[in-house]
Amino acid sequence: MQKSFAMAALLAASCGVQAASDADLAAIRAQIDDMKKTYEQRIASLEKKLAEAEVQAKSAKPAAEVKAAPAIVAAAPAATASARANGFNPEVSLILQGQYKNMKDVAERGITGFVPAGGHDEHAAGTVEGINKRGFSVNHTELILGASIDPYWRGQAILALADGEVEVEEAWFQSLAIGHGVGLKGGRVRSGIGYLNEQHPHMWDFADAPLMYRAMFGEHASYAQDGLQFKWLAPTPVFLEFGAEVGRGANFPGTDRNKNGAGAGAIFAHIGGDVGHSNAWRAGVSYLKTKASDREAEIEDTSGKHALGKFTGDSATWLADFVWKWAPNGNPKYQSFKFQTEYFQRREKGDLTCSDDEGVGNACDPGASGSSVTSTYKTRQSGWYAQGVFKFTPEWRAGVRYEQLDSGTRDFGLNANTLVVDSYRPKKASVMVDYSWSEFSRLRLQLAQDKSMQGITDHQLTLQYVMSLGAHGAHKF
Amino acid sequence: MKHFIFACFFGLTAAIAQADLKIFATVPEWGALAQEIGGSKVKVYTATTAFQDPHRIEAKPSLLAQARQANLLIAAGADLEVGWLPLVLRDSGNSAIQTGQRGYFEAANYVNRLDVPTTLDRAHGDVHAAGNPHTHLDPRNVLKVGEALTARMAELDVANAAAYQAGYQAFAGKWQTAMARWQKEATPLKGVPVLVHHASFVYLLNWLGMKEVGSLEPKPGIEPTSGHLTGLLARQQTAPAKMVLRAAYQQEGPSQWMAGKTGMPAVLLPYTVGGTAEARDLFGLFDDTVQRLLKGAR
Repeated sequence: MQKSFAMAALLAASCGVQAASDADLAAIRAQIDDMKKTYEQRIASLEKKLAEAEVQAKSAKPAAEVKAAPAIVAAAPAATASARANGFNPEVSLILQGQYKNMKDVAERGITGFVPAGGHDEHAAGTVEGINKRGFSVNHTELILGASIDPYWRGQAILALADGEVEVEEAWFQSLAIGHGVGLKGGRVRSGIGYLNEQHPHMWDFADAPLMYRAMFGEHASYAQDGLQFKWLAPTPVFLEFGAEVGRGANFPGTDRNKNGAGAGAIFAHIGGDVGHSNAWRAGVSYLKTKASDREAEIEDTSGKHALGKFTGDSATWLADFVWKWAPNGNPKYQSFKFQTEYFQRREKGDLTCSDDEGVGNACDPGASGSSVTSTYKTRQSGWYAQGVFKFTPEWRAGVRYEQLDSGTRDFGLNANTLVVDSYRPKKASVMVDYSWSEFSRLRLQLAQDKSMQGITDHQLTLQYVMSLGAHGAHKF
Repeated sequence: MKHFIFACFFGLTAAIAQADLKIFATVPEWGALAQEIGGSKVKVYTATTAFQDPHRIEAKPSLLAQARQANLLIAAGADLEVGWLPLVLRDSGNSAIQTGQRGYFEAANYVNRLDVPTTLDRAHGDVHAAGNPHTHLDPRNVLKVGEALTARMAELDVANAAAYQAGYQAFAGKWQTAMARWQKEATPLKGVPVLVHHASFVYLLNWLGMKEVGSLEPKPGIEPTSGHLTGLLARQQTAPAKMVLRAAYQQEGPSQWMAGKTGMPAVLLPYTVGGTAEARDLFGLFDDTVQRLLKGAR
């Protein structure tokens, strides 16, 4: 499999080199054309300005001449050499996102019946991740840089800035010149599985990710890995796309491993199209396989004492997704409706080692101090969500989301005698309404009844803002 | 070397050599122009209709599927499609139509653009760095774009080059005649002050010598607010407009309100091919636009 990726990359690169001189000629031609156009344009604008000035001079009503639109003046004279050089700077956008949140004070937030994805350390440090903070908080600030690298490749990086750290959320190059419907991405890539997985938080229709994504991938609510993504779009009038990925697989549900080869792989297929002018849809199925070795998680023994579980084995996730969008005449500016639903099922198989890392004398430490219990571990869990968002004016939207998970079957082998095996169906219902001053700013109010933890009904209120500065980003369907 | 490139992209090149030129036009006006030039030699897919705001389209699956198979992509350019076209291009897996390739054609590059902002700041709304992108409503621009487009089509599909040249010559001849007629008919429109919903008609007004005295949107891309409309109403005393214009894809509420308050007519213009029953093709588009303006000015 890896070989075929390498072949595709080589092929793309070699085609590139051979085509270079032709492309150069075309580029020079285009540059000359551009220069010509710029000068013509400047002359035309100056003429127009002159004519306007004459009109203005004649009319004796200066107050009436104030224009609402930005003034028409000569094309930016683009004079200095440095300005021209800066023209090659990448497109930059910055996302500002923050919130006010009212909710219950729960010491260890998680989802009952599901392994906490945060791992061990995070819990120990008492970290409250952005989305789980009460009161006022700023989410990480997202910096997006993107540009064509040359005629053959494009690059993009998405950096998450938070206090004292910069996280590389995505950093990849993408092929532009392979053709035949082939798309190749390499680097740190958000996986093409599911529907929501590729979308960053500022594109979400709700203030938080569905429980399903948090259960599957933890706080980031998305699966990303360092590796390669290969996509192929079929030459058919119906949208039909297939993709495959291999990579390091360091993120939950896998773990980082010191090994050659790939730690995770994914495949997905999408189909979609239009129904009349007003409707568009997309459906997909995806499969993700990851490997974990000593994946740590906080667990409890039967007497409620703290224990550390380490899972080593395989994790396989199936996903199905469906999106339907409607807008009168296909014009979503004034009114639109979006329905979105996803389902997942995950099977994990391997060994779980339970130990008493904090020396609290739990059931995992039956013999001499420092011993542990290892037994087979097998789970099958699932969940889904469905949501609808209606835009009723250019500014206002309202939406409803319902979600449910099923802790399913959890076979802990011998450990079943020592550990709590929760069986629970976490549920959550949310409603939201948001207001957008323009395409670039949005304020959202969300109310939710969260029953993701057994025995707790948490009524949550979130007031969130999402602002984007800089280059006009293009959003996925 | 040529052979090697052919070997690399054999599928696509073979398709170009044998089949018709497959054209993906982002907007109806340029799709219609390509059809005029190419006639039966081209297969044109138009991504949007006259009832869709071309700024606000999404990168729908159907668009990706069509872009995948196109030999030539015609965009309006000047950032009109910035919210969706870059994604369609990148995810299409089609190397021929990427920006900078010969299969990518931007109409706005071949005309003199108006409203090029000196300062770029979103405090002025959704301004376009390259100027106002609604270039097609000046028929002289249609001719300029047509000439460049013909050359591009001939370059991509050498076998039919003569047919494209002939197609363009025939179109240009008819267009010149029609343009003279429109200009003559539209003489009474000279100097007529108008309000517009959005800055969609800059080139039209410039061509006909009409005067835009205000827009219902407080800033480009921001929907009319009651405060701003009231302000416009007050200005009607000092600088009266004779009519208020909107495109077929813009909502009628604000211009109807303005019309109701002032007594001036709210005029719906087709804006592009298909916007009204009369605007069946490019000729119909301008025939109908001029007629509707004349009716409004009466």
